[in-house]
Amino acid sequence: MTPAFDLWVYLSSTPLLWLTVTLLVWIAADRIALASGRHPAVNPVLISIVTLGAILLLTGTSFAAYFQGAQFVHFLLGPAIVAIAVPLYRNLDKVKANILPMAAALVAGSVTAAVSALGVAALFGVPDNVLASLAPKSVTAGVAMGIAEQFGGQPALTAVLVITTGLIGAIIVTPLMNALGLKDYAARGFAAGLSAHGIGTARAFVVDEVAGTFAGIAMALNAVMTALILPLILYWFLK
Amino acid sequence: MIEAFALLLLCQLAGEILSHGFGLPMPGPVVGLLLLFAGLFVAQRFVTLSPQTINDTALGRTTGGLLQHLSLLFVPAGVGVIDHLGLINSYGPVLFLALLVSTALSLAVTALVFTWVKNRQTGRMAS
Repeated sequence: MTPAFDLWVYLSSTPLLWLTVTLLVWIAADRIALASGRHPAVNPVLISIVTLGAILLLTGTSFAAYFQGAQFVHFLLGPAIVAIAVPLYRNLDKVKANILPMAAALVAGSVTAAVSALGVAALFGVPDNVLASLAPKSVTAGVAMGIAEQFGGQPALTAVLVITTGLIGAIIVTPLMNALGLKDYAARGFAAGLSAHGIGTARAFVVDEVAGTFAGIAMALNAVMTALILPLILYWFLK
Repeated sequence: MIEAFALLLLCQLAGEILSHGFGLPMPGPVVGLLLLFAGLFVAQRFVTLSPQTINDTALGRTTGGLLQHLSLLFVPAGVGVIDHLGLINSYGPVLFLALLVSTALSLAVTALVFTWVKNRQTGRMAS
């Protein structure tokens, strides 16, 4: 055994290495995004995931070993979601003025997200257990996995589909809203949070605080809405 | 800053207890968000606190900092996808197409319905 190998074996088993690597990769990805003028296609989350995934595969590191370090970043998700209460409180007047638009958009968006995904997949003959895993893909991961399991889906597949949905949403939301000529950050943010949960909400907070606030509200509401309406929608799609 | 962070954790903890205790369809952190939001309303009756000044408080600065970097916090879970690449079977391309179509449609429908109802609302108030 070479000393370098010994050092690698030691470091790769401590949380320090993978926590540091996660932050450094993120900083680099965020710099690249900043240099592109925050171009929507240059998504720092996607760049970081691909880079870190490649590093893990090349070094033969398991996700479990990686997560020993990365869990400290992951842990902050909980308090960060709680933190959305502050911009919500700050922008309460805007939220109150948009109660009706939010209610209508919630029902329309929630049904569209589930029915369109199931429709495309069913058209190509995707089996029931995969349909059940796909249906809640716009909902925040923890809730989506619970819903999928309830209908005989695979929670792990749901997690993959949820994250992919979040990345797609975060990347296409800005060009799509510009193409539709929608300038209201409340509407844009609400759509991002409803369709692309936390990753869409994170993108919205980068663009504008009001957009981020409405995205956070939409994410929370859609988790409840999807849990309520999905049994009815799946009834029509599952054989 | 430590007080602010402890307050966030306390709300999350209370949220987890309520969420799991009552089997709510909302994750613990979202319940915690609602608790903190309600707490701010109660607090503004007793201390100097208003929507205009909250960003200058320790809580405002701590939450602002966390939310500015919200994207980073999704990276570890995202990397977890590599553990499940095996699940992407022959249906992978179809599922990706379904996600692409559905995400674009739900973004557009949500924002258009929101704007349509909003415009009707303001139109009625103006007339």
